[in-house]
Amino acid sequence: MRAADRTLLAALLVGGVVLLFLVSLSIGPVRLSLGTVIEALVGGGTDVQRTIVQEIRLPRAILAVTIGAMHGLAGAALQGLLRNPLAAPSLFGAPQAAAFGAVLVIAIGVADTLSYALPLAAIAMAFVSVFVLLAVAGRNANLLLLILAGLALSSLAGAATSLALNLAPNPFASLEISFWLLGSLEDRSFHHVTLALPFMAVGAALLMMRGEAFRVLSLGEEAAQSLGVDVGHLRLQVILGVALGVGAAVAVSGTIGFIGLIVPHLMRPLVGYDPGRLLLPSALAGGALLLAADVAVRLIPSTTGIKVGVLTALIGVPFFLYLVVRQRRSLTGSLA
Amino acid sequence: MSEADYFVVDGLCVSLGGKLRVKDVSFGLPRGCLTALVGPSGAGKTTLLRALAGLIPSEGRITAGGEEVSKIPVRQRARRLSYVPQGEAVHWPLPVRDVVALGRYPHGAPDPQRLGITDADAVARALHEVDLMPLQDRRVTELSGGERRRVAIARALATEAPILLADEPIASLDPYFQLAVMALLQRQARAGALVLVITHDIGLAARFADCILMLSEGRLAACGPPSAVLAPPRLADVFSIDAYRSSHDAQPVLVPWAMR
Repeated sequence: MRAADRTLLAALLVGGVVLLFLVSLSIGPVRLSLGTVIEALVGGGTDVQRTIVQEIRLPRAILAVTIGAMHGLAGAALQGLLRNPLAAPSLFGAPQAAAFGAVLVIAIGVADTLSYALPLAAIAMAFVSVFVLLAVAGRNANLLLLILAGLALSSLAGAATSLALNLAPNPFASLEISFWLLGSLEDRSFHHVTLALPFMAVGAALLMMRGEAFRVLSLGEEAAQSLGVDVGHLRLQVILGVALGVGAAVAVSGTIGFIGLIVPHLMRPLVGYDPGRLLLPSALAGGALLLAADVAVRLIPSTTGIKVGVLTALIGVPFFLYLVVRQRRSLTGSLA
Repeated sequence: MSEADYFVVDGLCVSLGGKLRVKDVSFGLPRGCLTALVGPSGAGKTTLLRALAGLIPSEGRITAGGEEVSKIPVRQRARRLSYVPQGEAVHWPLPVRDVVALGRYPHGAPDPQRLGITDADAVARALHEVDLMPLQDRRVTELSGGERRRVAIARALATEAPILLADEPIASLDPYFQLAVMALLQRQARAGALVLVITHDIGLAARFADCILMLSEGRLAACGPPSAVLAPPRLADVFSIDAYRSSHDAQPVLVPWAMR
């Protein structure tokens, strides 16, 4: 793939993100035209329009694009590290573990949903889960091992979350938490943005800077190490980046899965299968996908709002099955 | 060990999983020499090679060109020592040329599609060496096993390191490519490289290698020219076999013949 094609791809993705961002600002109980949205953004329009766009919908759109980008980037980085197209944070139990961390903080009542304790607990649990996963699966782990270990970890995190809900002193709180767990961007304010964005920015930076190492890692860990890549350091950096990004994302939006699985897969052929060039397009496309999904849940007619995390799972799980079918041969191979 | 030795290993011990796998191995090798590392399965050949490549911790001293390898910064060490792991596989369908270009990573050329003139020349030479020029735009996943092996060797050659370590580069290749790869490695040695390969094929080792290191249960059983190291009593001792011996075109012929 030539440099000009790559620039075109990036430009198209940026264009798509900007367009979907504006559409996201225009959709809701009060429909606004794109022109009105832009006007309200730059300080024009009526007071009501400015309030709707700037205070109600803008934080939601910012969270959608950054959280989607974080999930896409985390997926691309994990796939680069593990050299496997089926690697994704949600299959490895990272969001589930992060959710447990957040729920624990809420359930035992040490903090409310708007304190920094929430993202910190989520990040810590996400770090533990990815670290344990890679430690259990070992070096050069095959996919089967990773997915089994991931399944075990996400089941454990799910059970721990249920236990925390079980023991929660206030039944209304547990109902609220259950809904929040489904993954949603509704009613989020700039407070949520400031809560999550700094951590996601650091996490994204940690992952973005290792593109070259992921490319060398295409040769396997030993060859990469012999070429001067510190594989141990790289692993730790990826675990930390994924934990910071996914943990902070989950802390404000609940678990929104499968973007990290779908997006890198769609982008890979477009960058010539080069894991070093996959990161930026995956981030952009992840942002676009979550924006689109978040617009879709507002357009689908229903009595109660559909949660965006439910929608991404409904799209993501069949896609995962499709990938499994495509990989069937290598998967059966790893069983033997 | 002599003054001319470029790669000197002194008292090397390697433990893996709490077990001593390589025991007090010492040898010295000059540049321009193709060396075969032979020994029965489980003798510690791969462990020794990985330790030499600096991939696993070891005790003892390894020096290359008078410098202690463990004290050379990683990037610089990668320029001095290239390593082809056993059955190196490329995990994504990348073009052959881009894979080979990854051998320039230690030279500060991380992007195969933006190589400087020196790096592009080195990649072209490596592709030419292994006869892959016509396939350079194909994706590695479309190649046969023998072609992929040559890609791995070309990737190591592209680094243009004075020392080349390869773990079983001819295993599971057909006879034609076994000969082709051994001849290629011999050419690299003639051009001044220090080539050390693990092989189970003692016949090809006898024919192509200038020097043989024989490992047995983690110890260096012998080190020297093929005629001395692969002598009947030692083959009987270490491999428990007898070999048929002859010569063809003034080169030694050695074929494993009977178990003892």
